[in-house]
Amino acid sequence: MAEIVLDKVTKKYPDGALAVQEVDIEIADGEFIILVGPSGCGKSTTLNMIAGLEDITTGELRIGGERVNERAPKDRDIAMVFQSYALYPHMTVRENMAFPLRLAKVDNATVEKKVNDAADILDLGQHLDRKPSNLSGGQRQRVAMGRAIVRSPKAFLMDEPLSNLDAKLRVQMRTSVSRLQKQLGTTMVYVTHDQTEAMTLGDRVVVMRGGAVQQIGAPQYLYDHPANLFVAGFIGSPSMNFVPAGLEDGVLRSPLGDVPLTDRIRRMVEAADAPREVIVGIRPEHFEDSKLVEEHQRGGGHTFTSNVDVLESMGSDKFAYFTLSGEQATSAELAELAADSGTAEAGSGGGVPIVTRISAASGAREGEQAEIWFNADKVQLFDPATGRNLTYSEE
Amino acid sequence: MSQTTTEKSGAAVKAVEPKKKVVLSEGKRAERKLGWLLCAPAAFIMLAVTAWPIIYSVYLSLQRYDLKFPDRQEFVGLDNYVTVLSSPYWWNAVWVTVVMTVVSVVIELVLGMALALIMHRTLVGRGIVRTSTLIPYGIVTVVAAFSWRYAWTPGTGYLAELMGGDPVLTEKIPALAVVILAEVWKTTPFMALLLMAGLALVPDDLLKAAALDGASGWQRFTKVILPLMKPAILVALLFRTLDAFRIFDNLFVLTGGSQGTSSVSMLTYNNLIKGLNLGIGSTMSVLIFIAVAIIAFIFIKLFGTAAPGSDDGGKR
Repeated sequence: MAEIVLDKVTKKYPDGALAVQEVDIEIADGEFIILVGPSGCGKSTTLNMIAGLEDITTGELRIGGERVNERAPKDRDIAMVFQSYALYPHMTVRENMAFPLRLAKVDNATVEKKVNDAADILDLGQHLDRKPSNLSGGQRQRVAMGRAIVRSPKAFLMDEPLSNLDAKLRVQMRTSVSRLQKQLGTTMVYVTHDQTEAMTLGDRVVVMRGGAVQQIGAPQYLYDHPANLFVAGFIGSPSMNFVPAGLEDGVLRSPLGDVPLTDRIRRMVEAADAPREVIVGIRPEHFEDSKLVEEHQRGGGHTFTSNVDVLESMGSDKFAYFTLSGEQATSAELAELAADSGTAEAGSGGGVPIVTRISAASGAREGEQAEIWFNADKVQLFDPATGRNLTYSEE
Repeated sequence: MSQTTTEKSGAAVKAVEPKKKVVLSEGKRAERKLGWLLCAPAAFIMLAVTAWPIIYSVYLSLQRYDLKFPDRQEFVGLDNYVTVLSSPYWWNAVWVTVVMTVVSVVIELVLGMALALIMHRTLVGRGIVRTSTLIPYGIVTVVAAFSWRYAWTPGTGYLAELMGGDPVLTEKIPALAVVILAEVWKTTPFMALLLMAGLALVPDDLLKAAALDGASGWQRFTKVILPLMKPAILVALLFRTLDAFRIFDNLFVLTGGSQGTSSVSMLTYNNLIKGLNLGIGSTMSVLIFIAVAIIAFIFIKLFGTAAPGSDDGGKR
């Protein structure tokens, strides 16, 4: 067990491509940290550099206080679980799990005991003598974890370990990974492109984009206080609604109507020296059917009326989709997010799409007008040019 | 291996057949007929060029048939086999062949593996490295054999000069060593090519995982790469063993079979073509055929348990 420090770590390939750019992360001993971002953001490269599978171009990597830049992977005392599981197909489950111990020349009795202990933890007891090809995806995944934990390494590195599992199993394994990490108390660095995994698993989340760290923080903090448009759009499902707006005399003129800023937001916007054109971000759950909003609350918000395109009832609440007239918000970061989620081409032909999450008690119907209220104090304003969150405050 | 798979697929077809027969439409049947027709010429040629010569050789091997005395042709049963198998020349040729096969294939495997690893790992100038490695394989064997012969001829050859001017090709053991050298030089690239195909099948993630698990480069090679490459290694060994067992051209040019350096193929050639003894020559051919069949059979048995990750290999 040890803390891991990345100090201005940079990876530049011989062809000049910059994969990772001056990444600074301090991972505490026993912490569960998630690297998340769209594909090509440098998260896997960062993980491989921690593992020693890729050289660090500049910067320093310290594990347990020691510089390890020059050490071979086997001398770093870390274990890794791969997306492909990377099980040795010619060995049984038992041999797979014992492999690192055998290489370390551990005596037979200890190997036996450690493998059996790990098999107990991961519920693999009855599969020990089978070959990986005869196991299901979930079982293979557990063997890969078993091979990592038998060694009691300083840290675990996980490279999208759940991506090859089907949706239901993934949710199940997510909980067991989380439980396992707490049980072992070992530092864990976990790479994923799935923001749900990032939100649910980690103590802290590192959001990366284009090789650079965008923001580091606890999942809830990132959700509530995204530093920029990219983090705001990446974290959360369904994602935040973005509406272009003009800012005039403390009033937002947007497809949602003219919304006066609350005092709190006005102060932050003034401090941030906001431009005239901004992007307004509102989370789906900050909308509500205005009939269900109590009178005394209403003053703190604003309402708009529009036609309900689609209504999805989730049981506990409802998702109502609207299309407001106007231009969609545009920025480099939003375009990248859309490309990553595959919605770039599927964008609505015109108008601003809005997703709202309203109470299940709402009487809104598909194809009919509905009056929707939103909390004006929860809106976040972004600079379209830089993506900076104008309403960001370190709280 | 092929045995069991054909049996299995045969069974599967049988199981499906009754249902299939019903749904087989006019067009489908015509298509199947066309398929057979398209296969027929190839099948016929295969029978003509392989099955017939084999059958004819077996027939000839049971005859006393010397073209110098064509009138004395007669069915003699297994007499020819007794003659050949009790001949010291035959057994000398068998030993020469086996020794050359084993020694050259072992050296080729080791060198070929090294070349394959180099070709697989090369990042700079990959094309040049691969091309230069493969050049010997691209040269006609007889041409290469002649250049080896001149190189080893005292007075004219640079290799003979280097070795002190001894006529190495006139003594049995040195001559065999030279033949083996020529064989190795010529066919190692082929071995390397087959092994490289096997190397490409080892997933990178496995090697990364092994590196993190604490394996050194050598341990990664012996404990991960080699077991995963086993099928490719067996294929390469099978090809090369069968080829080496039938060695002829290098030997023909370099020693001509003198000083007891005849291989079985060489001896067969001398009896069949030079000696015009069709009976004895055919007997030897049939014996070579049987030996090759046994070698192939052994390798194929090994294949059955070679696929990594199969539980039902029955190895343990």
